[in-house]
Amino acid sequence: MKYVDEFRARDLAEGLAGAIRREAAPGRSYNIMEFCGGHTHAIFRYGVQDLMPSNVHYIHGPGCPVCVLPIGRIDNALELAERHKVILCTYGDMMRVPASGRRSLLKAKADGADVHMIYSTQDALRIAAENPTRQVVLFAIGFETTTPPTAIALKAAADRGLTNFSVFCNHVLTPAAIKEIVESPEVRDSARVAIDAFLGPSHVSSVIGSAPYEPFAKVYRRPVVIAGFEPLDVMQATLMAIRQLNDGRHEVENQYVRVVTREGNRKAQGVVDEVFELRPSFAWRGLGEVADSALRIRAEFAAFDAERRFEISPSTAREPKSCECPSILRGAKKPTDCKLFGNGCTPDNPIGSCMVSSEGACAAYWTYGRFRQPASGSEAAA
Amino acid sequence: MCLALPAEVISLDLARQAAVVALGPVRKEISIALLDEVAIGDFVLVHVGYALHRLSPEEAERTLSMMRAAGDCPEAELAGESAA
Amino acid sequence: MTAHDARFSAAGAPLTGAVDMTHGSGGRATAELVRSLFLKHFDNPLLRAGNDGACFQPPAGRLVMSTDAHVVSPLFFPGGDIGALAVHGTINDIAMAGARPLYLSAAFILEQGFPLAELERVVVSMAAAASAAGVPIVTGDTKVVERGKGDGVFITTTGIGVVPDGVEVSGDRARPGDVILVSGPIGDHGVAILSKRENLAFEVEICSDSAALHRLVASMVEAVPEIRVLRDPTRGGLATTLNEIAQQSRVGMRLEEAAIPVNEGVRAACELLGLDPLYIANEGKLIAICPPDVAARLLAVMRAHPLGLGSAVIGEVVGDPNAFVQMRTVFGGSRIVDWLNGEQLPRIC
Repeated sequence: MKYVDEFRARDLAEGLAGAIRREAAPGRSYNIMEFCGGHTHAIFRYGVQDLMPSNVHYIHGPGCPVCVLPIGRIDNALELAERHKVILCTYGDMMRVPASGRRSLLKAKADGADVHMIYSTQDALRIAAENPTRQVVLFAIGFETTTPPTAIALKAAADRGLTNFSVFCNHVLTPAAIKEIVESPEVRDSARVAIDAFLGPSHVSSVIGSAPYEPFAKVYRRPVVIAGFEPLDVMQATLMAIRQLNDGRHEVENQYVRVVTREGNRKAQGVVDEVFELRPSFAWRGLGEVADSALRIRAEFAAFDAERRFEISPSTAREPKSCECPSILRGAKKPTDCKLFGNGCTPDNPIGSCMVSSEGACAAYWTYGRFRQPASGSEAAA
Repeated sequence: MCLALPAEVISLDLARQAAVVALGPVRKEISIALLDEVAIGDFVLVHVGYALHRLSPEEAERTLSMMRAAGDCPEAELAGESAA
Repeated sequence: MTAHDARFSAAGAPLTGAVDMTHGSGGRATAELVRSLFLKHFDNPLLRAGNDGACFQPPAGRLVMSTDAHVVSPLFFPGGDIGALAVHGTINDIAMAGARPLYLSAAFILEQGFPLAELERVVVSMAAAASAAGVPIVTGDTKVVERGKGDGVFITTTGIGVVPDGVEVSGDRARPGDVILVSGPIGDHGVAILSKRENLAFEVEICSDSAALHRLVASMVEAVPEIRVLRDPTRGGLATTLNEIAQQSRVGMRLEEAAIPVNEGVRAACELLGLDPLYIANEGKLIAICPPDVAARLLAVMRAHPLGLGSAVIGEVVGDPNAFVQMRTVFGGSRIVDWLNGEQLPRIC
């Protein structure tokens, strides 16, 4: 696969690892938060941490739309499917996410709710066209990357005058979340959690560009390196962050230049602006209410807004007690610091959101990194 | 994160704002509604069935050569040190 | 096969119409279906005898018996269909004991309204698979369920086989130091099925690897009777099957990611859908574990067989009380290869 395999080449990884070892100053540590689950996945999937010197640490951020969606919104989606009897179209990622009372869309489907797994918003439009007597709701989730496809579908529905299609909008914004993390007392005041630099989103940035991170780097005096999701991208961006820290710089740098520009995809931004507006506040699982951190559907498209078309009960859902997801999402704790990790909370039976998505820090720890000690016996050193 | 992959545009249907892309031997129809311009032979970043951005082959090559250069450094540095 | 009225050799035109409740009533319609479909295509002396059970003299040695229920959507997919799959699946389960399969039984659960022409396609494919494998279907049964209570057709097959003397193959026999081999590229079956699911629709020239592996196994156990474990990585894929063996044998495993064969189309489709080929189903591949001193010979024998051309050594068994399967990544790092959690669902993030 062109432009994929080249960025997974082992010989280049060894070269980059060598450069990182040479340039990381032995006297200090480098705590780098990779914002996106995509980075987390690459780090674990390829064993990137094993190639790093002991003073370079990755802190896994909240960049997984599945992990940050609060329980209440999933309860709402269940209500749409079960009480309002709509055909609920969802990406596969949401199927297993636990709602209140250990319910999930997968369980609702097993109990007879009409939950359809889709790959693209085009599929939801097709389902609406094929089922003119049913209400079809697109359970829209995701960051700035996934928002434009929702906007296109919504506009297409308006153009075609579909009366049985609407969107349950849960799109959220990354810059607001990064700001929230740095400003949270846990991160700001704690000597324990030092986030020295950020690896910035790759595919989100292909849409919004690198410019939105510039005020952030300036105000919070931390380097932001936009990084691709292939393992070599993560390593090169790590090297770039280390160089900035060594030089005392705090700039926005772009490692993912093959896709990300400073201004991003203007057409996509335009479509999003046309359909969506800022929500004054939105609850993030783990981070709580964050101002200006999400989008809602503009009044002009109210007819396609599931939140206006259907009566949805306000949720009284609570996050599970003793789940450390909030601290883990901020990088203040590691998955293994949580009492529930592997102890009632596993990917088979997740309690917290970080265990649900394979992008989540807990699931990645469990799946790829659990008990990382070498196996006993003569082969242990292999 | 957002799962997205670079794939090559192998045919276009501008009236439907659709394209068929190839990812290795896999072919898939996607929407190009989010792109201003696109041509056959372009590589585009595909996410949930939509092309999000065109990929720059020049920048990809430049990134790779920088990665190679990072690995070439040890010899350069060692040479520098021994000369000093 | 209850075929009281069916002692005739039945030739005739292809079937038309659809399955209805009378086909499962046990009356004349059932007998007619048996005669015009099952007996016609599966024809062999034991079946033709028309008794409720097939009666035969077993050969000397230990017998192996295995059963497998087949439920697949879509019923027809690139490289196979539910019928061939039902024959191959059970033959392989017998073969994974190191055994030579002798006979099969087949039970059909048909949904009312299922087109008889499609059923005939399935039965013809099953008959061809059984005949090619040299393992006759000697008894069977048919039931019909109401519309909406089935998925066209479900097929359960049972097989019986005999283990050659001196062969001792079992999932609990892997020992530290043993070598792990796989008989070819993984994930073809699962990806062929996924490519035909309506909501995913992508095109790739990948066919299911559905195949009967008993002849490959026969050549393997003949040349290398020291083989300790054989298993076909079907549902849950290579990763889940290796975890099962690791737990059964109470050992760990170290895989070498770069050594695991995966076809390019499978790799690309998995990238697109956010899936991992290690967890994708196979229907014509096997895992073999043997002592290190015979591994080269085993690999050569496997590669000499048409169904093992792509065989490779993919790792080794290690001592590990946790029974973890670990993998050295193409990058040189290491990671755990865990059990599959539920069904692998396509993802966008």
